[in-house]
Amino acid sequence: MERLGTLRRNKMRVTGAVAVSAVLALSAVGCGGGDDDKGSGGDGVTIGFLGDLTGENSGIVIPPKQGAQLAIDAYNATNPKVKITLKTYDSQGKGEQAVPLAKQAITKDKVVGMIGPAFSGESAQADPVLEEGKIPNISASATNAALSSNGWKFFHRMVANDNVQGAGVGTFIATTLKAKNVFIINDQSEYGKPLSQTVKAAAEKGGAKVTEDAIDPTASDYSAAVNKAKAAKPDAIFFAGYYAAGGKLIKQLREAGVKGRFLSGDGSLDKGLSAGAGGTNADGSLIACPCLIDPTGKAGEASKKFAEQYKAKFNAEPAIYSAEGYDAATAFIEAIKAGNTTAEKINEYLKTIDVAGVSKQIKFGANGDPAAEDVYIYEVKGGTLPLLGKASEAKVS
Amino acid sequence: MSNSTGVSARGKGRAGFGSAFPVAYERARRRAGARRAPLNLLLLPLLYVTETFGAINETFHEWWIRQPGWSRWTVYILLIVGGVLLPSEQVASFMSPETDWATLLFFPIGGYVLLAIGLNVVVGQAGLLDLGYVAFFAIGGYTMAVFGTKYGWSFWEILLVGLVLSALSGVVLGAPTLRLRGDYLAIVTLGFGEIVRITANNTEYIGGPNGIGGIPHPPSLSEWAFPDAFPFNLVGLEGVQPLSYGTLSAHSYYYLMLATIVAVIIFAKRLERSRVGRAWAAVREDEDAAELMGVPTFKFKLAAFAIGAAIGGAVGVVYASQAISIIPNNFPFILSATILAAVVMGGSGNIPGVMVGAFLVAWIPERIRFFGEYRVLIFGAVLVALMVFRPEGILPSRQRKAELEEGTGGMGSMGAEVAGPTADAEAGR
Amino acid sequence: MKATHNVHNFLEQFWPSTVDGLALGSIYALIALGYTMVYGVLRLINFAHSEIFMIGTMAVIGALHALGVSSLYGGLGLVGFVIVLAFLAGLASGASAVVLELVAYRPLRKKGASRLAALISAIGASLFLQQLFARIVIPEAFDLPKEKGALPVQGHFVERDNVIEIGDLVISNDKLIIFVGAILMMVALDQFVNRTRLGRGIRATAQDPETAVLMGVNIDRIVTATFAIGGAMAGVAAALFMLRFEEAKFDVGFLLGIKAFTAAVLGGIGNLRGALAGGLVLGLVEMYGAALFGTQWQHVIAFSVLVLVLMFRPTGILGESLQQARA
Repeated sequence: MERLGTLRRNKMRVTGAVAVSAVLALSAVGCGGGDDDKGSGGDGVTIGFLGDLTGENSGIVIPPKQGAQLAIDAYNATNPKVKITLKTYDSQGKGEQAVPLAKQAITKDKVVGMIGPAFSGESAQADPVLEEGKIPNISASATNAALSSNGWKFFHRMVANDNVQGAGVGTFIATTLKAKNVFIINDQSEYGKPLSQTVKAAAEKGGAKVTEDAIDPTASDYSAAVNKAKAAKPDAIFFAGYYAAGGKLIKQLREAGVKGRFLSGDGSLDKGLSAGAGGTNADGSLIACPCLIDPTGKAGEASKKFAEQYKAKFNAEPAIYSAEGYDAATAFIEAIKAGNTTAEKINEYLKTIDVAGVSKQIKFGANGDPAAEDVYIYEVKGGTLPLLGKASEAKVS
Repeated sequence: MSNSTGVSARGKGRAGFGSAFPVAYERARRRAGARRAPLNLLLLPLLYVTETFGAINETFHEWWIRQPGWSRWTVYILLIVGGVLLPSEQVASFMSPETDWATLLFFPIGGYVLLAIGLNVVVGQAGLLDLGYVAFFAIGGYTMAVFGTKYGWSFWEILLVGLVLSALSGVVLGAPTLRLRGDYLAIVTLGFGEIVRITANNTEYIGGPNGIGGIPHPPSLSEWAFPDAFPFNLVGLEGVQPLSYGTLSAHSYYYLMLATIVAVIIFAKRLERSRVGRAWAAVREDEDAAELMGVPTFKFKLAAFAIGAAIGGAVGVVYASQAISIIPNNFPFILSATILAAVVMGGSGNIPGVMVGAFLVAWIPERIRFFGEYRVLIFGAVLVALMVFRPEGILPSRQRKAELEEGTGGMGSMGAEVAGPTADAEAGR
Repeated sequence: MKATHNVHNFLEQFWPSTVDGLALGSIYALIALGYTMVYGVLRLINFAHSEIFMIGTMAVIGALHALGVSSLYGGLGLVGFVIVLAFLAGLASGASAVVLELVAYRPLRKKGASRLAALISAIGASLFLQQLFARIVIPEAFDLPKEKGALPVQGHFVERDNVIEIGDLVISNDKLIIFVGAILMMVALDQFVNRTRLGRGIRATAQDPETAVLMGVNIDRIVTATFAIGGAMAGVAAALFMLRFEEAKFDVGFLLGIKAFTAAVLGGIGNLRGALAGGLVLGLVEMYGAALFGTQWQHVIAFSVLVLVLMFRPTGILGESLQQARA
C-alpha cells in the first residue's frame, strides 16, 4: 500500500513524461548517480560524524563534533581544491540506529571517511559495517579496549584505550598516591566494568589491596555500595563510570563519612561531577583521561591556539574530546591535502600519517590505536578541572 | 483476564462504546467528546481521520469476507510481491531519506513486526499481559551469539535451538506465575525481563556488559542476484543478491525476516482458527467459565507463553546474526513496552493490525528524525492521542470489538465506569 | 569460603543496611500509595505515576531556585522547611496527576476502553512527560543548552548530622525525617480513607462502582480525588527524596516507579497498608540482598523475592483491595 502510494506520488511529480521512462530516470537518481560529483573527485568530499547528538550522553559527543567542525571550516576557508562537507548522523548512542545510519552514509552519501562512532557499544555494531564498506573511521571517544583487537583495517581512534587508561591510573594510585587499600566501584556498563578490572589489576600489581562493588547508575540510592566502602575504610576510591552517577556517589560517600581520595576515569571528566557532589565534596578528586582538555594552553602552543579558536567560534571552552575530534578531522584533512580523495586511498594514507595534532601526535598503530599512550590527570577544584599533567609525571598536593 | 471476582461482575451492564456501524459510532463519539472533554474538540480533525480510516477498514472487511478463496490468495501473493519490492529506492526516498531503508526494514521495522505478532499470541489471543517480552528476544539473541561464536554452529541449526530454548524459558517463566491474576502477571513478567538482562550483564561467560561480538552471518544460500529486468529495474533493486548474507547486505536480511514473518503469520493464523485458538479466546473472555466447561486453561496459557516466547526467540536469532555484536543493553524494558504499545495501538488480537502498529512505532521515530531531539516527545504524544481516539486500535479484531461491546474487551475495562451518555447512545441504537 | 565472607559482610553492614533499607523503603511506600489507590479504584496500572513523582522533584528544585535558598538547613528548621517543600511538591504533583487523568485516561474511561489501551496511553504519557522536562522545561527553567536537559539539576539545602548514634546504628537527620514523614503520611491517609465522606466514597467505588453510582456517588469526582491524593503522596515522596538526594533528573522516577509498583504488588495491590508494608520490605530486601550478594544483583533479588512471595501468597503480603484496608 505504502509502496504504491509513493510510486504514484513520484510519478506525478514528473508530469508530462512517459510514465515508464520517468520511473527509470527516477531510479537512476535514486541509485546515487546524481551524487557522483559529491563522492570521489570533483569539487568536494563528504566526511561523516556519527554519534549521540541528541541523546542522554550527547554532552560528551557535541564537543568532538564542534572540534571536527572547527578543523574542517578552517580548512575550507583556505579555498582548497577539494572542499570537505561534514555530515552528521545522530545515533543517540544506540547500535541499532548507528548501523542503518552507517549504511546510509556509505551507500547514499558516499562518505570517504567517518569520525566516530562516538561510543564503544555502538562501535561494536557499526564498525564492522564501515570495515566492510571500506570507509576509514576515526573515533574521538570510543575507548573500549576490545575494539582494536578485531583485526579491522579501517578502524582508528584518537584516544588511548581503556586498558592503557586503566593501567595508567591503577599504577598512579598504587605508586604516586601510595594507596594501600583501594575500593573500586563500577557502573556495570560496557565502559565501566572492564575499566574497573584493568585498574584493579594494575593497583594490585602495585601492591594495593582491592575490594569491589557496583552501582546501578539509573538508581538514586547507592547506600549498598557506600556501606561496603565504609566498612573497607579505603585510602583511595576509584569509580569506573559516568559523571552523573559519579557526582551522586561522591556526595553519598562523603555524607556517610567515607574518607579516602576519590578518583575516576574519562567518563567522569565533567564539571557536572562537582555540581552533583555538592559543596566542596568533590574537591581534591582526581580524574584520569587519555584525552587532553586544556583551555588555558598549559600543554603547549598548539593546544593554546586551538583553545582560542574554539572559544571564538563556539563561545565555549574546549570540553571533553573536542581536541580529539579536531585531530580526527585533521587526519582526514591531511589525507585529502595529500591528494587522496577516495576512501581506500585515505585509509592507506592514515597508515603512514605522522603529524603533530592538538591532543597528541597523530599516528596510528597497525590495530588503529593511537601511537601516543599518554594518560592525563585532572584535579577537581571548585567548578573547574585543571590539568595536573601526565599520569606518569603528575604531582599531587 | 481471570476475572475471579471484581472485574467481570463489574463489566456487566457497563456497555462499551464500540459499534459495528462506524458512522453512528463516530457521531456518538463526537457527541460524547464535545460534552465531556473539550480537548476532543480541538483534535476533531484527527478524530475525523481515524474514524474515516475505521469506516474504510469496515467496508473493506465486509468485501473481503465475501471473496472466494482464489481471489484472497491473489491478494496474499500480491502482498508478498509488494513486500519483496518494498526496499526500493523510490520508496526509500520518501520513507526514510535520512537513514538506510533496507536496514530499517530489517530492524527495527521487520523485527518489531515479528515481535508484535509473537506478543499478540500472548496478549491478543490468550489475553495474558506480558511486560517482559524482550527477555525472549534476548534469549534468542544470546543463543545465536553463544552457539555461533563458541561452538561454530551454523545459523539454521541455531535457529532451531533458539526456538526450543526460548520456548523452554517461556515455560520456565510461565509455570510458576501463570496462576497469578492479570496485573500480578504483568509485574512478574516485567521483573523477568529485567532479571534476564541483569543476569546477562553479570555473567562473564557471555561477555558481561561487553556482550558478544563477532557473531557469524548465516551462510549464503546463493549468489544469485535480481536480474536487470522488470520489475526489479523499475524500483532500483537490480543486482541485489537476496540470498547472500554479509555485513553490508541489508536486503538479504530483510528478505530473511520477510520469509520468517510470512511463515509465522501462516502458523499463527492456523493456530487462531484451531482448537487452541478457540481455547485462548475462551480463557481471554472468561477464564472461570472456560475452566468450568472443561478447558484446561493453565495448559493453554502455558502454550501461549511458549509459542509467543519461541517467536520472540526467533527474532533474537535473526537479529543477532545481522548485528554482529549484541550487548545486554540492546534488550531494555522500554522495548517490551514499545512492542506492547505496537500490539495495542495496532489492534490487539488482529494480525494485520498489530503489524501496522509495529510498523508505525518502528518507523515514526526514524521518519521524524528532522525533529531532532523532540522526536520521542512527539512519539509519546502520538501514542496518547491514538489511544484516546481509537482505544480499540487502528485495525481492531472483529471478535475483540464484539467483546468490547460486551464490556470487558477481554482485558477488562477500567473500573468505575459509569453508565453515561456512551451507554445511552448504545441503548438508543 | 566466599559464602562465609559474604555473610561476614552482611553482619558487618546489618545496621547501616537496615537504616538505609527503611529510608529507601519509605520512599517506595509513598510512591506505591499512588499506584495502589488508582489501581484500587480503576484497576489501572498508572505507568505515568513515576513522572508525577518526577514533577514533584522538579517542583522542589524550582522552589529552591525561586526562593533563592543558599543556606543549609538543619535541626527543626529543616523539618519546617521540608514541610513547606512537601506542601509545594504535593500541590504540583497532585495537580499534574489530575490533569493527566483528564487528558490521558478519562476519555478512555468514557469509551469503556480496555485497560490495556489505558496502559498504553499511560506509557505514552510517561514518555511525553519525561521528554517534556528533558527537552523543554529544564533547559528553559535553568537556562541550559538542550542536550544538558538530560542532566540532573541540583539544589543543596540540607545540613546533615547524625541524630542517633548507638554503636553501629547511626541514623542521620534526613533518614529519620523520611521514615517518620512516611509513617505520618500513611496514618493520615489511612484515617482519611476510613473516616471521611470522600474516603468512604473512594472505598465504595473500589468495592463496587455500580452500586456506588446507584447510591449517588459521583464517580468522576471520586476518580479526580483519587488521582489528586495519589499524586500528592508522590509529591510528598519527592520532597522527602530531595531531602536525601538533593537532585532531580527527567528520568528519576523511572526505576523508583517500577520498584514502587513492585512494592505495591508485594504488599497487596489496592491495599494502603500493604503499600507501606511492601515498600519497607522491598527496601530492606534490596539492601540486605546487596550486602549479601553484591550490588549488581540488587534488582534481581528484589524481583525474585516478589515472585517467591506471590507464589505462596498470590495476592501479596496483606492481600488486595482498598476496602479491606481496615483489616
